[in-house]
Amino acid sequence: MAASPVGMKRFYAILGAVAVVGIGLLGYQLSKPATVSIPANVIIQPSDTAGFRGYLKGADSAPVEITEYADYQCPFCQTFATLQMPTIDERLIQTGRLRWRYRDFPLQQHQYARVAAHSAACADEQGKFWLQHERIYEGQSEWAASRDGADIFRRDAKEVGLDLAKYDACMSAGRYAGRIQASYDEGVRAGVSSTPTLLVGGRLYQGRFDSDAITRLVDSLAQRAASTP
Amino acid sequence: MIYRMGAALVSLLGLFLSAYLYLYKIGRIGALACGNGACETVQTSEWSRFAGVEVALIGVVGYGLLFTVALLALQPALAGSRWPATMLTGLAAGGVLFTVYLTYVELFVLRAICRWCVGSAAIILSIFMLALLAQRRAPRQPAG
Repeated sequence: MAASPVGMKRFYAILGAVAVVGIGLLGYQLSKPATVSIPANVIIQPSDTAGFRGYLKGADSAPVEITEYADYQCPFCQTFATLQMPTIDERLIQTGRLRWRYRDFPLQQHQYARVAAHSAACADEQGKFWLQHERIYEGQSEWAASRDGADIFRRDAKEVGLDLAKYDACMSAGRYAGRIQASYDEGVRAGVSSTPTLLVGGRLYQGRFDSDAITRLVDSLAQRAASTP
Repeated sequence: MIYRMGAALVSLLGLFLSAYLYLYKIGRIGALACGNGACETVQTSEWSRFAGVEVALIGVVGYGLLFTVALLALQPALAGSRWPATMLTGLAAGGVLFTVYLTYVELFVLRAICRWCVGSAAIILSIFMLALLAQRRAPRQPAG
């Protein structure tokens, strides 16, 4: 019944070889050099947020506001941003029916999520957040697979017309690291655990992530707001 | 004995695979080597946790257990015992059921197939088959 000692020796040799290869591959993955990064373990100062509650798009008078918590490296967020948001923007935001609030929720497993969020924050300093935001999402498949996403964000920054000297200073200082972490922490407190997550009136949205479903929701909320005395 | 050896070897492969996915989940490595975005879609979804625990971590523990039991079953003192093979079959059956649930979520909820998950499914199925064969080969316990 038992294997011969020679057979067992051969088996353990094969097992050992597999273990060495496996540990070697995991070790290689762990030791790969990190690129430019924005730290997550920052101490958030009151000045980091200074009343900042996300990037806004739409009229102040819009009857409905939706807050989106998203991660630039999340594939669902990318699909939503590039396929659904243009219709939502045209149909609801530009017509004054909806105000959109975008908030960062960089997931720890996404290598470039914080750098991407920081790049957009630096673009915001120069009044071009939404342009950079769209560029980052559109190019996700390229930078997510690259060796250095920060280089690609810098190229985007140049193409959207940012002052690169100011952009570089902002990025190297990690000026908005605290603000990004504060946004993440607020998301966690609001019950966000995955991305994208939408909050409507402070409640987690459980419906479908498409422009038609969002339109129906906004219409019903606007109607309710109008009929409330 | 050859089936128990096979189960140990394949469990070790599963252990490394799930360790890789877990290291990704805790942010210790960059993007997953996947070829498309499907792995990330699966690994970052809310279904990447089960009962509050990372599925990848469940994989590490599960494959670790299978590996340990398979190695135990190879020890000369247990070579004639049936229970290690039965235990291996039971554990692998649990793994197969869990894999069926995860595959259902991938196909019908997320509509995304992660290649690493397919690899893990093939591994757990192989362990189950090997464990069944090992059990068939194991001696019957003497009656009464």
